[in-house]
Amino acid sequence: MANLQAIVAEKFPEAEIVNGETLELNVPDAKWHSLATMLKDEFGFDNLTALIGMDWGDLLGVVYYLTNTSTWEMVRVKVTTADRVKPMLHSITDLYAVAGIYEREVYDFYGIIFINHPDMRRLFLRNDWVGFPFRKDYDANPEVNPVRLDHEKVDDVTVSYVETAPGKIEKRKVEIFSPEQFVVNIGPQHPATHGVLRLRTAVDGETITKIDLYLGYIHRGIEKLCEGLTYPQTLHFTDRLDYLSAMINRHALCLCVEKAMNIEVPRRAQVIRVMMDELMRISSHLLAIGTFCMDLGATTMLFYPLRERETILDILERTTGARMTFNYNCIGGVIADLDPNFQTDVKKLLEIMPKAIKEYNKVFTGNVIAHNRMDGVGVLSDPDAKDYNCTGPTGRASGWACDIRKRHPYGIYSELQFEEVVRHEGDSMARFKARISEMEQSCRILAQLVDQIPEGDICAKVPKIIKLPEGHWFQQVEACRGAFGVYIESAGGNQPLRVKFNSPGFCLAGAVDHLTRGEKIADLITIGGSLDYVVPDIDR
Amino acid sequence: MQDLSFITRWIDNFLSGTLHFPEWLTVTTECVLIGLVLLLLYSVLALFYILFERKVCAYFQCRLGPNRVGPWGILQSVADMFKILIKELISLNHVDKFLFGLAPFLVIIASMLSFSVLPWGNGLQVVDFNIGIFFLLAVSSIGVLGILLAGWSSNNKFTLIGALRSGAQMVSYELSIGLSVLTMVCFAGTMSVSGIVAQQEHTWFIFSGHIPAIIAFLIYIVAGTAETNRGPFDLPEAESELTAGYHTEYSGIHFGFFYLAEYLNLFIIGGVAALLFFGGWMPLHIPGWDGFNACMDYIPSVLWFLMKAIAVTFVMIWFKWTFPRLRIDQLLAFEWKYLLPINLFNLVLMVLVITFGLHF
Repeated sequence: MANLQAIVAEKFPEAEIVNGETLELNVPDAKWHSLATMLKDEFGFDNLTALIGMDWGDLLGVVYYLTNTSTWEMVRVKVTTADRVKPMLHSITDLYAVAGIYEREVYDFYGIIFINHPDMRRLFLRNDWVGFPFRKDYDANPEVNPVRLDHEKVDDVTVSYVETAPGKIEKRKVEIFSPEQFVVNIGPQHPATHGVLRLRTAVDGETITKIDLYLGYIHRGIEKLCEGLTYPQTLHFTDRLDYLSAMINRHALCLCVEKAMNIEVPRRAQVIRVMMDELMRISSHLLAIGTFCMDLGATTMLFYPLRERETILDILERTTGARMTFNYNCIGGVIADLDPNFQTDVKKLLEIMPKAIKEYNKVFTGNVIAHNRMDGVGVLSDPDAKDYNCTGPTGRASGWACDIRKRHPYGIYSELQFEEVVRHEGDSMARFKARISEMEQSCRILAQLVDQIPEGDICAKVPKIIKLPEGHWFQQVEACRGAFGVYIESAGGNQPLRVKFNSPGFCLAGAVDHLTRGEKIADLITIGGSLDYVVPDIDR
Repeated sequence: MQDLSFITRWIDNFLSGTLHFPEWLTVTTECVLIGLVLLLLYSVLALFYILFERKVCAYFQCRLGPNRVGPWGILQSVADMFKILIKELISLNHVDKFLFGLAPFLVIIASMLSFSVLPWGNGLQVVDFNIGIFFLLAVSSIGVLGILLAGWSSNNKFTLIGALRSGAQMVSYELSIGLSVLTMVCFAGTMSVSGIVAQQEHTWFIFSGHIPAIIAFLIYIVAGTAETNRGPFDLPEAESELTAGYHTEYSGIHFGFFYLAEYLNLFIIGGVAALLFFGGWMPLHIPGWDGFNACMDYIPSVLWFLMKAIAVTFVMIWFKWTFPRLRIDQLLAFEWKYLLPINLFNLVLMVLVITFGLHF
């Protein structure tokens, strides 16, 4: 890191270097692309973990978090522009594939145009939306953007701003689908998209030639809503992102606020949080493999995991009172104490799970049709996983050891004995098997903790009014589908300036086009099921 | 074994003898009667199958299945039938109205016609002619026309893909069905349905034909599952890929026809399996066990046939609720690269078995 700091200072004298939570570099836009190239090629920062659009009032800009996947060091880069009429920054889509979808999100919400980005369309909002809603000066008057009841015009042509010579930018038209292509519209209402996701799929016979992703059908603007609420009020939104890892998401936001306020969480609360996270992970993976099998046509295999998931939901319900949006973690600990029968219930679950997993393998994993459908389908290589920022079971099935519980341990994970499940095939079968093995590891964690829940407070003493100092914090946790990050920027006071939920499902959806090229229509379903994205997680 | 043809003879005598009907009127009346009975049987069987499948799959999936309408939910499918009868037939713009309306009828006519040659019981057969099996293969192939038309005329990309898949699949798997039937026809030496049944009076073909008959049966049941578009071969309507495949745009009773035809095709595949391999309506006889054979004869022949057909279809329902779906290229590769060569080899084997008299 010291080395990097010295070289950046030497090569980019304009860059402002700050040593904060991570190394922070503030560079002007003109130098950004060459800095990114150097960071990637020479210092191994091969993963774009987060790309966050920002509006500081006078400045618009983007905050990048880059990760070196061998040392797991992070660097934060800030690029700003003062132009609020037609802000332009340089794109890094050529360096990091995931930037393609991230930058479109920023364009949609902040109106920042990315130079050399191949496809500058809105991502979530309608094409005829007026204004950029995440800007601080956005006019939210419903007369400007009424609820439009007419059909949105589907564009087969998009624009790209190409830099032909330094400082000279040319607007070009780019064709998405040519008129001869046979385009099948899969979604937004379709049985296998796991929610309201729309994939415009060009097919040649049964072979997929291109997929164009349409998002935003259930976008609720949660990040924008957070900016108008106090910190404890923002908490409940996290349960509504990826509702299948509700506990874990909320854990992430609590951790981030606690980090900002330097709150020490009592040991009992920490143990409870980890146990809840792992219960959540098992229940999510159970549903994931169940629905995946149903997508492949094995309907019976849906019901067996649901049977075990029911047990977990019962355990969670007895403690939290809810089966889906739990509202259980709070800043400083957890909101309520455990149910008196919690330990016995978990022990019962731990007895059931190994038998159940054996049964799943017997019914489905060994089946020759299942192998034919999943082996070698949708292969994601290790470099591609890093390039597309596919974390979680998907990334680990491709051989990328990206478990945040091991890489940046939080809570009490550093004290626990568990293995990081890494497979190397990278295909749908590997992702399926990785989930099954992860359930086994989660059971192992639960077994270690179930008798070790210490007595004590369930929540730390926190001030009545929670105010964060001026600054910014980024916290990642391992959610069920991958690394879930929370970025908070505060200008002081009891409301955040910006909250960004960096969700894993968003990146997974961004990789669908890459994974399905040249595969069959049926493989699109296999790949979608094996990636296991959840739409509220994509559309925040 | 009681010969049930006395019923048909009695009706015939009653019409022409007692009522002094001229011959043309007798034949017409008899045809109408048979048609009514078949239609009734058709719908009752479909209702039975819908409930049967729902109960069986619920049992596989740790559920109870329908249990609210009537005792054990037995009236559930009757309620479903009324629901589908009173539903609106939604008319679509930009479709070929004539073909769109014709398609469900083609599908259902194909399976109705196949009903006529099934050996329902001793003396209960609608038509019995010397190319019965050939007729069965011919009429059951009409169904694919209906599906292709349904997919094409709906003016929808999903239905079109579903129909094309269905066309490719049914044309391919018809080969396997045809060849495995041919194997058994070789063994029987006749194409007449009653002839085939009569030959199995002492031992069913699956026992007397041993190895080649068993291979033919396995291929038949796999190809039969594919012919009925059921899982794991339900690609034409793969709901997770094509929403509902070729019948996506159909509603009301038009959809109901496709639905009925699917279940009845299931029964026909089971019935033909019973005919070719399990002796049609013939009771189970074991040579030498005279007491046992006499007991078996007391079970009515109609029951024998229905039980055999339902037992075979139970296995096919079991397939559907266990296996994931194949992919189109794997499906076609399975037929052309594995089933077809095995089938041809099996035909040669059967001929050898017959030539050298190696059967029982």
